[in-house]
Amino acid sequence: MFDVLSRMLRTGILTEPAPIPDDSSPVVEGLQTDLRRILGRALCIRHVDAGSCNGCELEIQALNNPYYNLEGMGIKFVASPRHADLLMVTGPVSVNMEEALKRTYDAVPEPKWVVALGDCGACGGIFGTSYASRGGVANIIPVNFTINGCPPTPTSILRGILETVRTPLGPGRTTSSADIQG
Amino acid sequence: MSKLPTFIEQHRTQIPGNIPSARLCVDREQWIEAANAMHDAGALLLSLWGVDDRDRDRCFAVYAAFLLPDTLLVVEYPIQVKTAPRYPSIATWFPAALRMQRGLYDLLGIAVNEPNADTRGWLCHGGWPEKFFPLRRKVDGGRQFPAGSEPYPFVSVEGDGVHEIAVGPVHAGTIEPGHFRFSVVGEKVLRLEERLGYTHKGVGKRFEGLSQSEGHHLAARVSGDSTVAFSWAYCSALEAITQIACPARATELRALALEHERLANHLGDLGALGNDAGFAFGLTQFSRLKEDLLRANTFAFGARYLFDYVTPGGVASDLPLDGSRLLLEQYSAIEGSVSNLRSIYAEHAGLQDRFREAGKLETGLARKLGAVGLAARASGISLDLRIDHPWPPYDRLTANLIVQTGGDVAARLEVRFDEIFESLRLCRALLGGISAGPIQIPVPLAEPDLLGVGLIEGWRGPVMIALEAGPDGVIRRCHAHDPSWQNWPLLEYAILGNIVPDFPLINKSFNLSYSGQDG
Repeated sequence: MFDVLSRMLRTGILTEPAPIPDDSSPVVEGLQTDLRRILGRALCIRHVDAGSCNGCELEIQALNNPYYNLEGMGIKFVASPRHADLLMVTGPVSVNMEEALKRTYDAVPEPKWVVALGDCGACGGIFGTSYASRGGVANIIPVNFTINGCPPTPTSILRGILETVRTPLGPGRTTSSADIQG
Repeated sequence: MSKLPTFIEQHRTQIPGNIPSARLCVDREQWIEAANAMHDAGALLLSLWGVDDRDRDRCFAVYAAFLLPDTLLVVEYPIQVKTAPRYPSIATWFPAALRMQRGLYDLLGIAVNEPNADTRGWLCHGGWPEKFFPLRRKVDGGRQFPAGSEPYPFVSVEGDGVHEIAVGPVHAGTIEPGHFRFSVVGEKVLRLEERLGYTHKGVGKRFEGLSQSEGHHLAARVSGDSTVAFSWAYCSALEAITQIACPARATELRALALEHERLANHLGDLGALGNDAGFAFGLTQFSRLKEDLLRANTFAFGARYLFDYVTPGGVASDLPLDGSRLLLEQYSAIEGSVSNLRSIYAEHAGLQDRFREAGKLETGLARKLGAVGLAARASGISLDLRIDHPWPPYDRLTANLIVQTGGDVAARLEVRFDEIFESLRLCRALLGGISAGPIQIPVPLAEPDLLGVGLIEGWRGPVMIALEAGPDGVIRRCHAHDPSWQNWPLLEYAILGNIVPDFPLINKSFNLSYSGQDG
């Protein structure tokens, strides 16, 4: 136990200031206020890998390390889509994951945001569309925001999340996945 | 090791590769005989794949790559039929072939000649028609089909109080998709059946027709956590068939990148294993060390993850001016912290209680199943390409073999700890003796129809690329093989008799790639 405590003390607090959103609006301090205003509580994210190469997953995991202090900002990853406000989708949507992705989307309660993460999530990336890949996430479910990169860095993912929640969710912005696919 | 049959000794011909490689063309009887002989010789099945060569040779062909103590042998069986091509299964000798054979059928429609073969789709889940075989030469891989799904009958276990738990494909965490079907009594697992293939995105077809100078981008994205290993394997295969030697400095930088990849993954896994056993402190500490290393990567290689760092003919960038100094400082910091954390893990009774005897895979079974890489080394199998078949610069680095005999979660953890220290030693040796000179040389177009192989020991195990050149600098066929193919079935055995709540821990201790095996 002594070793654990001594290591904690020596490690200290590693958290860095949160990144500034691209539009340079005055920010990060205001984030928690914004989240409370919009959601009334913390932002809950459910991640779904819809066919990724697992590169994006590594950077999402990195976001949970002490440098980024995600939960300190009022953002957390949850285990069920039913607990989520935001669905974060990685990968080109593989044909084999299409149905699972739609079901996960439908399980997220309204109102909800969808973020397509990485170049593959944005447009299918190097895999494109084929017999096995449907390409970008927006081909399957409605997407509110896209974060590019291969893989995007934790900082750009965080910046993307901040920008997403500040985009107002207008009526009719979210539709059931069934509406899109017909 | 028994002597190989004469037809193998006499008829094998050398092919280009980063390690000594040979090719042997066989008929139906010899295919069986070769598999038998490979088994007797203690060879390891590296990969099994097929091609449609009807446009050129009027036949289909299946390939099996075996690793012998002195060479990599690619056995090729051309199947001279127009319809319904079949070949004899080699699963009797190499059980790891079972899933590869199912995948091969899904992509090419070449079936095993076996009345009791498992005909359930492995990569095809009903999302494209039954008779649509994407890797056949004339098939348009860009075609889209309406969504559909096939029922998948899992093997059921019957008896008093037995019930099933279905998990996935979407899991409760930031991980890849796959389905696990547990048959349990109370908490005890009687059987686990994996169903994979969810992330199949058509890598094999995507390679066809891609320019040889661009293939490394796709190879780098077969399994993101092994991006250096895959892109190096691809570039090795291409450099072998174009007969160019990568400059010494570039091979050293590639090895440095490969060891960094090993370090990053091992650090991440050690933290996650602590966390899965309820020790969040471990995750905090190790994820911090991993982040420090990734930031050092940005400084040294220009990116956190080394996608596209290894390029045909060399590497994308050189170390910055004081790169060496910064990296050496980073290594010392990691080494000190990991030693400290290792003793904290070792002395933590609660952690050790979860790790020891959990998910045990005995040496004999691991060998029989054809285990490779880290998981094999944790089950007492001495197998590391960097040592057994060293390619430059490992031929002069002399890496030390890390082996543990426990076969349980604790052993897989210990292998990771030991490999971290060994990787740090190799990194220091690489930086200490780094050659001067160029980091990139031009790569000419490859002669059409040449087959070359690249074999790299990634952090998870041997990663293989078999590359066949087409005319005018395009790729005719590229087969990418991830070691997860061999190691996923191990998990089905390691979990037996354990309790369901230990599954995440045991699964993490293997940490296999879904994307790599799905392709």
